[in-house]
Amino acid sequence: MDIDLMMRVYPFFLDAAWVTIQLSLLTALLGLTCGTLGAAARLSRLAVLRFLGAAYVSLFRGTPALIQLFILYFGGPQIGIQLDAFEAGVIGLGINAGAYMTETIRGAIISIDKGQREAARTLGLSQWQATYKVILPQAARLMVRPLGVNMNMLIKATALVAAISVVELTYTAQRYIGSTYKPFEMFLLAGLLYMIIIYVTGRAVAWLDRKVQIT
Amino acid sequence: MTDQSHFVEIRHAQKSYGTLEVLKDISLNVERGQIVAIIGPSGSGKSTLLRAINDLDSLTGGEVWLDGVQVNKDLPHRQYEKHINAMRQDIGMVFQHFNLFPHLTARENVVMAPKMLKGLSKEAADKLAEEQLEKVGMLDRIDYYPSRLSGGQKQRVAIARALAMKPKLMLFDEATSALDPELVDEVNMVMKKLAEEHMTMIIVTHEMDFAASVCDRVLFMDQGVVVEEGPPEIVFRKPTKDRTREFLRKHLAGVA
Repeated sequence: MDIDLMMRVYPFFLDAAWVTIQLSLLTALLGLTCGTLGAAARLSRLAVLRFLGAAYVSLFRGTPALIQLFILYFGGPQIGIQLDAFEAGVIGLGINAGAYMTETIRGAIISIDKGQREAARTLGLSQWQATYKVILPQAARLMVRPLGVNMNMLIKATALVAAISVVELTYTAQRYIGSTYKPFEMFLLAGLLYMIIIYVTGRAVAWLDRKVQIT
Repeated sequence: MTDQSHFVEIRHAQKSYGTLEVLKDISLNVERGQIVAIIGPSGSGKSTLLRAINDLDSLTGGEVWLDGVQVNKDLPHRQYEKHINAMRQDIGMVFQHFNLFPHLTARENVVMAPKMLKGLSKEAADKLAEEQLEKVGMLDRIDYYPSRLSGGQKQRVAIARALAMKPKLMLFDEATSALDPELVDEVNMVMKKLAEEHMTMIIVTHEMDFAASVCDRVLFMDQGVVVEEGPPEIVFRKPTKDRTREFLRKHLAGVA
């Protein structure tokens, strides 16, 4: 194993890791937004919204994220959507992650005992007040860990955007293999950096989860 | 406005799920300050009837009136929501499983609704919380989360939470059924205290002794109908219907 080579190229990998981190954060943000809207739609009183929410989830969970990225990035211009690779990566992965987060958020909300809403409504709170003051604060606590799992998957999924030539970790590794012919070292380095990003995220999620628990 | 003349009036309440009829034409009047117990085997419809009073379970037929206003008015959705939210502020409810809000302390459980719906100041809210928790003997646990309270303590906080809205009517849905036997009394004591203050109450219960000791009237329900109704000394001691007698034989150990 060529440790020297790894030491020489790793600063470039750090730059690439920073791109991966930015991708992950923006994707997570968009995913959470889509997931919140998706969950609200799936739990709506209106059948149309429930249908749209369910369609969103099955469409984006039912096809490979890579195909979704390809359609957006390569197919997009054909229907007038012009995005650079990074934008396409964030939007494609964000909408995809949102489908998974929709189910996570919805799951947490429906797991709250129905007696909670009944008690709130009985006191005179409206449907929305009960949701906002009673259901969501409890559901939010239950969401932290499963959303952390979504986050873990999403970080790893950012490797897919190498296929649309976003210069992130995986793409960078491939590029350096082209010039060094050392795939073992290059992929190992990329893998290590992914591991660090995921480890730190995991710790952050665990910390947040402890922080929000009811004493 | 109407011919309504009783404080609580249930007229021809009917409820069915598909072909299953759980309430069959039930009528009930309760006067201000009266305490009515509803007893009967499980599946008799007694909880459904209670939950119809504040429309947690909607009737498929019939009317519920409280203090001259129809609770289950026929209104478009948005207007109805507004109406029922206002009505429910006047109808306190206590559940078998307490349904305290676990993310809030006893104090916060009690004042959340009054703060939101009546715009209480912080001082007024604190005073209200202390007052209500004092009443149920839970002042010393005012800043505890529900997870640190026993079942009986939780239920007493739940009663305080309902009382904090200053309801005109209190509904108790098997308030002591989920409690360990040694914790039943502390909750019963609170309910007795409310009775002494002439709170109007409708109580669904399995506890015949308690029903006999606080109620003005007892309703025995079975299979969606009121089988027998009257003062406790009659219903418990000289029931006229066979079904009542049979039910009481199984459930009346202590009341003599």
